[in-house]
Parts: sequence; structure tokens; C-alpha cells
Amino acid sequence: MNISGILLAMQGAVSQGVLWGIMVLGVYITYKILDIADLTVDGSFAMGGCVCAVLVVDKGVDPILALILATAAGMIAGAVTGLLHTLFEIPAILAGILTQIGLWSVNLRIMGKSNVPLLKVNTLFSSIVDVLGIKQSAVSLVIGILIAVLVIVFLYWFFGTEIGSALRATGNNENMIRALGVNTKITKLMALTISNGLVGLSGGLVCQSQKYADIGMGTGAIVIGLAAIVIGEVLMGRLKSFGSKLTSAVVGSVVYFLIRAIVLQLGMDANDMKLLSSIIVALALCIPVALSKWRLWKSYSEEGPTC
Amino acid sequence: MLTVTNVYKTFNKGTINEKRALCGLNLHLDPGDFVTVIGGNGAGKSTLMNMIAGVYPIDNGRIEIDGVNISREPEHERARYIGRVFQDPMMGTAAGMEIEENLALALRRGKKRTLRWGVTKKEKEMYAEKLKILNLGLETRMNTKVGLLSGGQRQALTLLMAALIDPKLLLLDEHTAALDPKTAKTVLDLTEKIIADRNLTALMVTHNMKDAIRLGNRLIMMHEGSIIYDVSGEEKKNLHVSDLLAKFEEASGGEFANDRMMLS
Repeated sequence: MNISGILLAMQGAVSQGVLWGIMVLGVYITYKILDIADLTVDGSFAMGGCVCAVLVVDKGVDPILALILATAAGMIAGAVTGLLHTLFEIPAILAGILTQIGLWSVNLRIMGKSNVPLLKVNTLFSSIVDVLGIKQSAVSLVIGILIAVLVIVFLYWFFGTEIGSALRATGNNENMIRALGVNTKITKLMALTISNGLVGLSGGLVCQSQKYADIGMGTGAIVIGLAAIVIGEVLMGRLKSFGSKLTSAVVGSVVYFLIRAIVLQLGMDANDMKLLSSIIVALALCIPVALSKWRLWKSYSEEGPTC
Repeated sequence: MLTVTNVYKTFNKGTINEKRALCGLNLHLDPGDFVTVIGGNGAGKSTLMNMIAGVYPIDNGRIEIDGVNISREPEHERARYIGRVFQDPMMGTAAGMEIEENLALALRRGKKRTLRWGVTKKEKEMYAEKLKILNLGLETRMNTKVGLLSGGQRQALTLLMAALIDPKLLLLDEHTAALDPKTAKTVLDLTEKIIADRNLTALMVTHNMKDAIRLGNRLIMMHEGSIIYDVSGEEKKNLHVSDLLAKFEEASGGEFANDRMMLS
């Protein structure tokens, strides 16, 4: 086994994990706070990447501005799912699938082909590499952490405000918050929009960091997001504050990509990785249920204790 | 205060499950009225509450609060005028949020929500004062998640939240029905106290006929989507459960009086 190879791969995995972690924060909003599984993510992640690539390569747009527009593109995708779900009452899962499938064609239209390389242009990362003369993976990591911290601070603030509280309450008890005067259609739309905005931003960042955008780059993103959240919960589940929960989503993402790098180094086929992700999520969802059933079954005895 | 004029509601229109829930219902409440609502299952009591609150749109008719026509306003806009407590203790509070967060949501009922902080320091002192009235010790547990409270505690909290800022109308939909007798009494006493102290206008659905007679200044009985009996003042105070049962039987052609009614 090549130890230095593994170390190198792990360094890349950490920065990759942080950049994908922005997407995981988006998934956290819908899955954990709003309590819906939003499948738009696969499409909006790729959309962020595609928009970013085309703007930087074809239009010569500044890489930072391209990231902002990638965020905006993701927000629009989220709003489409939101409108289908709230205005037309299509179940959230189905609304997300519809947007995701539609986005595949949209993304192809945006790029005009299935793959756009960013090799000959400056990205946010490469321009800093040029200025400071440090390695690309280190720059990715620093920028990734910086943006992740900013996003966590923003989310922490937002969900503490009156509007943010109403949004959390929507995920908790829709009937209650409607009786208290909140239009839950608006709060859901808002959550889906913000969530997919972050996903789009993450797509843009990953595209600039890996120096290409690909039509399939978002495939399975939702499962990666869920896996990262689950891993984060397992590792940091004891911490109850909202800030630490958000942090655990990013940490979960880093750990996910570390696991991925290790198993790939051990010789696993990259194409099998999606199966592994699914198994991680499925196990994480199955184990608590199975455990509590088993405990209940085991705790039975015909003789009761004395009360 | 509240004026309901000629309101109709039919569920599942045109299907085999068609159910006429409200049939040309008329009701007027004066400010300060505390009206108890009784009636058998399917009489339209809960439908009436839901129509006033805007959970479902009405088919025909008009609902006004303080002269404002709210017939076609969505539920979240009517929340400006209306405080509600539901039958299910789980329904009125957000389980995953803290007691003080729940109260903060209720303090902003019907107001525009902004990007200001969701719970302010000044509010917290006020919440502690209000929670003391409940006498459940919740004022020392303001950061506890509501999901950890018992059904009775949650219902008491919901009541406090519904009246945290004075509603023009308080809707209580069998809000003690899911509680044990002792807790039900506590919540009912509290209801009486809050309504009297603040002189609120309230509609309370109940299956307990003694409570219906004892509480409030007016009693209405519903049957098949209409009000069949409306009594107030001295006449109401002198009612007996047997009088109400007789009324029920009269309305339903003798076959009324289910077990639940007889026992309560």
C-alpha cells in the first residue's frame, strides 16, 4: 500500500469535503429543518457548476461573480420546486424529481455539450495560487473553510430571526404556525430557494476547484448530502446547539470524502462509490429503527417488575 | 364582534361521500360573549370552528369579525384576529422548539415577521411572568423543548399562547377532550380565568354538558349543520343536563343520546 499516495489523496479529500459541505448545508435546511427530502439538489448542483463554467470560459466573467450567479441559478431551481410544491400542492419528493429531471436538459442547453473544461482560464482558486504561490489543494481548503464558516454564520443568524423561527416552526408543526399567522407556502418556498442557492454555490465552487463542469456532476448529490448529515450526526450528535449541528453537516461531508478517498485508494472502483453511499445512508436510517425494535423485543418478560 | 351569515359547507361535493356539514348557519357574537357549543358527532361543531378560522374555504355565506369581511381571507391572515386551541395537544405547539421560542412565535401572531431577532431578552421576562400563572413550574424551564412536556402542560401552554396577545376571538375546539379529568379541570379553570380577566370573546366546543352549562354566558346546540338551540342569561344558568338531552332527542327524533353524552 502506498502511504504517501493515501496521504495526498486524503488532503484533496478534505478540501473536496469542505466545498461539498456547502451543498450539505443546503440539504440540511430542507431535510432537517423543513423535514422534506428535496431531490432538486442533483440538478441544482450540476446547474451551479454548468452556469459557473460557461460564464467563466465562454463569457469571461469574473470567477467570483460567476459563483454569485451560480448561487442565483440554484435559487431559481429551488424556487421552481417550491412553487410546484406549495402553489400546486405536488408532493415535495415528486416536485423535486420533476425539477431535477428538467434541469438535466436545461444544463445541457446551458453548456451546449456535456463537459466544459476550465483548464486555460483563471478560477477563484488558480488566481490565489498565482498570487501566493501555494498549492491548489491548500487554497481550496482555506477558501472552502472560509466560505463554509460564512455560510454557517449566515444560517445561524437567519434561523434565529423572526422569519427564520417561522421557517423552523413550519418544519415542526405546520398547523400551529399557520394558526399563528404565517403563510407556510412562503416559508417553504423560502427554505427551498435558500437551500438550492447553497447547493448551486457549492456546484460552482467544486467546478472551479476541479477545473471542469460535467452534466453528470450532480448525480447522487442528494445521497452524498444525506450521508454526510448522517455521518455528522453520528460523530457530533451529542452537541445540541444549532451552530454545532450546522458544523457537523460540514464535518460529515469531510469524513464522507475521506472514507471515499480511502476506499478508492484501496482499489475500489469509483463507479461503486454510489452504491457505498446508498448503503451508508440506508444503514444509518435502518439501524436506529432496528435497534429500538430489537430492544423492545428483548425487554419483554412475562413477569413484570414490582412497582 | 363575530357575525356568521348563511354559511354553507359541503365536503366531497358530487361524490358518494358527500357530506353537508354546515347548512345556512347564522350566528352573532357580541363582544365579551363566551359561548359554549354542544352537539352530537357530525353536527358541524368543528366545521364551524374551522370555517371561522379559515382552515377550509366556505361554499356560500359571509363571516365578519368586527365588521371586516373575512370570508375569503386565508387562514394565516385571519390569525390576526383569532387565537386557537385544538383538541389534539400536539397540534398547538412546535415540539422541536423551546418553550420560549413557542411563546415568541405566538407573540408575533398576525404581525409581519422581520429579520429582527426571534426572541428578545425583554420578552423572556414577560414570558416567565405569564408562565407563572399556569402554576406548572414552566417558568424555570423556558429552554426546554416543548416535545418533553406532557399533553396537559402542552395544552396549557397552547392556551397561554393563543391569548398571549388579546385575540378578538378565541376558538377552543374540545381543547380538554384529550386530557385526563384532573388536567382537564386545570386547563378549563385556566380558560375561564383568562377569558374573564381579559374579557375575551370566545367560542368553546365541548362534549361535556355540565361544563357547557356552567361556563360562559351563552350556549348553542348544533344538529346537522344548523344551530337548533340558542340560550343565554338566566335561562342558561337554570338548565340541567336532562333538559339538553331532551332537546337532543327532540332534534334527532329520539334516537340521539350516545354514550359519550350520557356519561358526561
